[in-house]
Amino acid sequence: MATSNQLKRVDFIFRNENDWEKILSSTLQRKPQDLINELISSELKGRGGAGFPTGLKWKLTAESKEKEKYVICNADEGEPGTFKDREILSRVPYKVLTAMAICGYITGAKRGFIYLRGEYKFLLPELNKVIDEFDYYCQETNLDFKISIFMGSGAYICGEETALMESMEGKRGEPRNKPPFPTQAGFMGKPTVINNVETLVHTFTIFKYGAKKFYDLGVQYSRGTKLFSVSGDTPKPGIYELELGMSLQDFVYEFGDGDTKAVQVGGASGFLVPRKKFKDAAIGFKGKLTGISLPTGGSMMLFNSSRSMFNVLDNYLEFFREESCGQCTPCRVGCQQLLLGIKAVKRGEKPASYLDKLLRLNETMQYTAKCGLGQSVANSFSSIVENFREEMIY
Amino acid sequence: MDPIQTLVKNLAEKHGRSRESVLPILQGVVEQENFLSERSMIEIAREIDIPAADVYGTATFYSFLETKPTGKFIIRVCKTITCAMKGKNQILFAIQDMLKIRLGETTPDKQFTLLETNCLGWCHKAPAMLINDEIYTELTPEKVREILSAYMKVNQNH
Repeated sequence: MATSNQLKRVDFIFRNENDWEKILSSTLQRKPQDLINELISSELKGRGGAGFPTGLKWKLTAESKEKEKYVICNADEGEPGTFKDREILSRVPYKVLTAMAICGYITGAKRGFIYLRGEYKFLLPELNKVIDEFDYYCQETNLDFKISIFMGSGAYICGEETALMESMEGKRGEPRNKPPFPTQAGFMGKPTVINNVETLVHTFTIFKYGAKKFYDLGVQYSRGTKLFSVSGDTPKPGIYELELGMSLQDFVYEFGDGDTKAVQVGGASGFLVPRKKFKDAAIGFKGKLTGISLPTGGSMMLFNSSRSMFNVLDNYLEFFREESCGQCTPCRVGCQQLLLGIKAVKRGEKPASYLDKLLRLNETMQYTAKCGLGQSVANSFSSIVENFREEMIY
Repeated sequence: MDPIQTLVKNLAEKHGRSRESVLPILQGVVEQENFLSERSMIEIAREIDIPAADVYGTATFYSFLETKPTGKFIIRVCKTITCAMKGKNQILFAIQDMLKIRLGETTPDKQFTLLETNCLGWCHKAPAMLINDEIYTELTPEKVREILSAYMKVNQNH
């Protein structure tokens, strides 16, 4: 059984302190190496969902001898059920800009970009105003760092870091082969740090309060806090900052409507956890000693017993079928066939055992798809089909 | 020079003539023209000196870059899971009933196009829709009718 904590509410991210100029100037007086060490000791992991150690990412880019480098803030928040990045950019945008400038100082990058999804275009006027102010400050203090916004145009896959870079280079947003990783060859083939909006804000917190304060929150391997986007069948949908490592049982106790049947952790590309497994599941990165650990970009969707899990899966697969970039066969054909397959079983055109064939196709996609999209369709597909098999058939 | 040529030229002056400017230029054309005509894509290709097929390839990848004529206002109703659970279909019915068009169609007066889209990032305030760049959340059929009437009224006054 996972360790049972009470939910711990925290307030770092949206705390409006308006002291970014002070934090920026005091941080820029410290040695880059010290800052990297501080970031590594905080054990901050990427908050977009994949969970790569942020300090290491910055370190690898800093070590590169290339002259030209870039910092990119990934604001292509497309995962169903996440809406935290929009809230950050509209409430505390200066924290994001400050963190990007600090990253530029550490890694030697002179240019920063915010890749903003097309759906959030209404944020532009306010965001541009803040960037202009920031720009003015940089010029006044002779800080050689310039930030601009690059707009997306409605493609989920562009949240994948290499697809995002292809998109910025004016091409179709198709993921690249890795390696080389963006830290070696990213935007325009140059070393690039690309971080989620929330990750950048956490680095601001770390440089302001010190790594220890961050490290002391959360549990082993999952340090610090995380923003959770709560939606679905809940009396209090919204955005909440909580310590990592909580048990799903406690989460449902707090946010459920008393009739919670299942929770989708991590959006359509995450896992569906049925009621009977709530007490064994904890929210955090892999490596916890007990129970199931569920990494997440923060999307928490609750379903009560009035919901058909077939409809939920059908909706997810429709989503993936449309958003698959079509570049690699396992994902392009796989998403279509999974969707056709569950519909055929539901209509009785295929026997129930056909679901096992689909699960095998699913496994193939997990191993052979080129990027995270095709690989992670398996997460929601297998967790729904295995836990709610009868709902798929009848 | 015809208007499209001028528009593309101005956008190229603003964003530059390298491959990285393709997306901003395409977005600029859509902002003005509501969609990308074959003509405009050929013009972009000529202006920044790359194959027209590359421009077309990039343009067709992105769901917000329409390559078919659309109305002045594009309504995009979110169809992803939470919005679907919280009554997206009723919203869609209300719009279809009011504008007398089906999903994917444009009104005869070329004012409104009705589309569905994937997650808009407003799940906590579902159901949601975009009209061009404006977001509308926590929709009900009544609310949708009010919003659309306001759009129609503005149009009549022009």
